[in-house]
Amino acid sequence: MNALLEVLVSALIVIGGVFLLVGSWGMLRLPELMSRLHAPTKATTLGVGSVLLGSIIWFARVDGVPSIHELLITLFLFLSAPITAHFLAKAYMHVHVDAETRLPRPGEHGWSTYDAAPGKGDEQVGEG
Amino acid sequence: MNDMHDAEGLQADPPRRWFPHPVLSALLVIVWLMLQNGFSLAHLVLGIFLGWGIPCLTASFWPSRPHVRSYRKALSYALLVIGDIIVANVVVARLILFSRPADLHTCWVSVPLDLHTPEAITLFAGTITMTPGTVSADLSADGRSLLVHCLNAPDPAQAVTDMKTRYEARIKEIFE
Amino acid sequence: MIDHALDFGLAAVSLALLLNLWSLFRGPTTMDRVLAVDTMVINVIALIVLFGIREGSMLYFEAALLFAMFGFVSTVAYCRFVLRGNIIE
Repeated sequence: MNALLEVLVSALIVIGGVFLLVGSWGMLRLPELMSRLHAPTKATTLGVGSVLLGSIIWFARVDGVPSIHELLITLFLFLSAPITAHFLAKAYMHVHVDAETRLPRPGEHGWSTYDAAPGKGDEQVGEG
Repeated sequence: MNDMHDAEGLQADPPRRWFPHPVLSALLVIVWLMLQNGFSLAHLVLGIFLGWGIPCLTASFWPSRPHVRSYRKALSYALLVIGDIIVANVVVARLILFSRPADLHTCWVSVPLDLHTPEAITLFAGTITMTPGTVSADLSADGRSLLVHCLNAPDPAQAVTDMKTRYEARIKEIFE
Repeated sequence: MIDHALDFGLAAVSLALLLNLWSLFRGPTTMDRVLAVDTMVINVIALIVLFGIREGSMLYFEAALLFAMFGFVSTVAYCRFVLRGNIIE
């Protein structure tokens, strides 16, 4: 049983390390920011989640009581990763105003980074 | 409409005023106990105090709150998304390692939204970001469509249909 | 066995941090650098957790949690600065 748990924890740590490495490698390899955004948001988050799961199981084995507070970090990262990615994308669009010409039009109103909401004057809504 | 109802409810209904958000309170107690990494009566009492105090202090930040119709569907949705996150990672890792960047069909697509509440749209956007090869980038000014960047989508229209049927339809069942 | 896995994990995360450092230097835009810092924070969290397993101590958990929170807040603050020109309005 103990040997089995050790194999499981080792596998989780190795998988986590590989995903973290792939995420960082992808950020170097992919050509421009929006493509690069895919690598850290997905690969790194799962990598660190896998390492944390390994830590939970390992300390549960060592101490006999399940140590669940690593779950908090995992949950926090999984909640914050989409928000970070969304903010980075918005900031990218804000910096590269020329990108607007390459984007599809959503309808009669533009995207909220460039255009004000209809009927709200210059107030910015729908953010975050 | 929803806002007005809740604002009236807050004034007219004392239990609502002193206990504005039962689900958030329960969640705060659980998170506090997890943070202490153990169970004892003292932690439970402090956790209950925090679970009561924080929603009271922050109640004015959520004038309207989403109505979750079915927690069972929400749970099955969470499991589906967790499964898709793992698949997404393998897919993206393979794209990063084994394909030349020039071969990737990156594109922007506009996803028209059928969802109306901000909470449902936030959940949809977050799900899109965490799942295979897509990152949600922006909301249109009128809040009716979502800008999504695809890492590798040879057929953009198919990608939009996939997102709408796989995630949006399920979120619609949970919230609206 | 777990020692070898930890060695591999620590080496992989350290290499990932070096790659992040490279993309931090390379840029080319500000947003690329912010993304590199954000990824570095996630890698550092993994490094702290792996070190905690190796030392057999749960004390490192608090450091990892604080890193997660500060990393998120600082990335959002940077993006906010690029978007609006200031952080607290």
